[in-house]
Amino acid sequence: MTWLELLRAAFTYGFMWRALIVGVSIALSSAFIGSFLVLKRFSMIGHGLSHVAFAAVAIGLFFDQAPLLITLPMVVLTAVLVLKLNESADVHGDAAIGLAAAFSMALGTTLASIGGGFNLDLYSYLFGSILTIKMLDLWLAIGLSLIVLVTVFLFFEDLFTMTFDESFAQVSGIRTKRLNTLLAVLTGLVIVIGIRAIGTLLISSLIIFPTVIAMQFSKGFKATILIAVISSVIIVFVGLIGSFLFDLPSGSAIVLLNGIVFFFVYVYHRLIKR
Amino acid sequence: MIEDVLMHIDRLTVKYHHYTAVDRVSFSVKAGDFIAIAGENGSGKTSLIKAILGLTHAAEGVVNKHVSGPIGYLPQNTVVQDRAFPASVEEVVSMGLLATKSFPRRFGRADRERVRESLIRLNVANLAKKRFGLLSGGQQQRVLLARALVANPYILILDEPTSALDQAMRKRFMDILQSLNQAGVTILLITHDIGGIGEYVNRVIYMERRILFDGSFTAFCEQAELSPYIHTHAMRHKGEDEAS
Repeated sequence: MTWLELLRAAFTYGFMWRALIVGVSIALSSAFIGSFLVLKRFSMIGHGLSHVAFAAVAIGLFFDQAPLLITLPMVVLTAVLVLKLNESADVHGDAAIGLAAAFSMALGTTLASIGGGFNLDLYSYLFGSILTIKMLDLWLAIGLSLIVLVTVFLFFEDLFTMTFDESFAQVSGIRTKRLNTLLAVLTGLVIVIGIRAIGTLLISSLIIFPTVIAMQFSKGFKATILIAVISSVIIVFVGLIGSFLFDLPSGSAIVLLNGIVFFFVYVYHRLIKR
Repeated sequence: MIEDVLMHIDRLTVKYHHYTAVDRVSFSVKAGDFIAIAGENGSGKTSLIKAILGLTHAAEGVVNKHVSGPIGYLPQNTVVQDRAFPASVEEVVSMGLLATKSFPRRFGRADRERVRESLIRLNVANLAKKRFGLLSGGQQQRVLLARALVANPYILILDEPTSALDQAMRKRFMDILQSLNQAGVTILLITHDIGGIGEYVNRVIYMERRILFDGSFTAFCEQAELSPYIHTHAMRHKGEDEAS
């Protein structure tokens, strides 16, 4: 079978279409929210929450329950808790994230060790697998990414001003504490959307890479988001097809492709364009 | 002439745990005033302004605003913004209109026109499409001033606006503020270094947690009990200005 025939064959499989729809949902929502998180220097919240998602998946598998239904409330709740812990000024933001991430990894691996039989399932959640995407995952991804996109659209100017200058945003009547909480909750949703196709350990990179790639090009914020969204959708699409053709974990293929694109864009921008 | 009081600050007190940063401060701001709130670092100036703006909780006292409408605000340290932050100058200035919008906040053609007018007013219209983080300190301050003025505020509050500027840029910036004040804009400015600023303002309020002086700059320079501060800041720059 040639590559072209293999590619044609890919689109005859239902799981491939499901993977592509879920992939585009993740690409859109993570790139939208990523611009605010990266520029607010909050990207590590995504990283921490993805570790919490790992623990939640392990709990789900351990008790033989649908992992995503446990992951959703657990990740969103942790997002809010980390933010509150940070606001109380007793624990710094990065320390709060570090605590949640380390504890969750320990919990996840302990349950995997006790459970024994579900290590293969857990592996697919760690690095993503397009074969495992079910209809429930598809509808969950579409629904959650719609929530993320509509919310960001409605609060766009508020989020932009808060990201740029928090005290000015407060003086302008923006309730920054509530908006920060909203941002953390939306980040949790993006993590949950990405678990199936990208994997718990790699999803946070989809929040960071598109924005960092777009920042090499644009002078304005709206243009940055637009470039981030377009590049993210293209990379996720190509990465998913690549993972099918080369039989790779989908999350790893997408993140590797993001890394390669970032490398060339960075080198072009810093060395050749100057 | 009847002097319109825009704002009256009455016995305002700010505490951080058991430390009193601002201690029963009272003063009024009249329309057309150009006031410098001066004092050493840690004297409670920024806490006072944050309490006036509602950014910090006041333990005691009230701020009576006699006029409704937006307040123009230029926060401290915005000049050293992340150079990589992808915000264009016109996007930054449009933030100044947020206070006039209700949810969901959106900008239309009329808003873009106001942004353009504000950029022209501050002579930075040519920078509209540039990335804010790549501008010089002086250019950034002018853009932030355009942002503070775009909603036609009844008062302009600036927190250490010249601290990151060199002497020439500081003079240019103060000239802009003076022309705005002459055009009717009321200004409240915080500075730890009154040098090069005192000559522009009609009133100096000097504080060390409490107000120790409230009057003209000339009268301020004659305050014997404040001589260490005056000698370090007010006179030093006077000497530099005369030499240059």
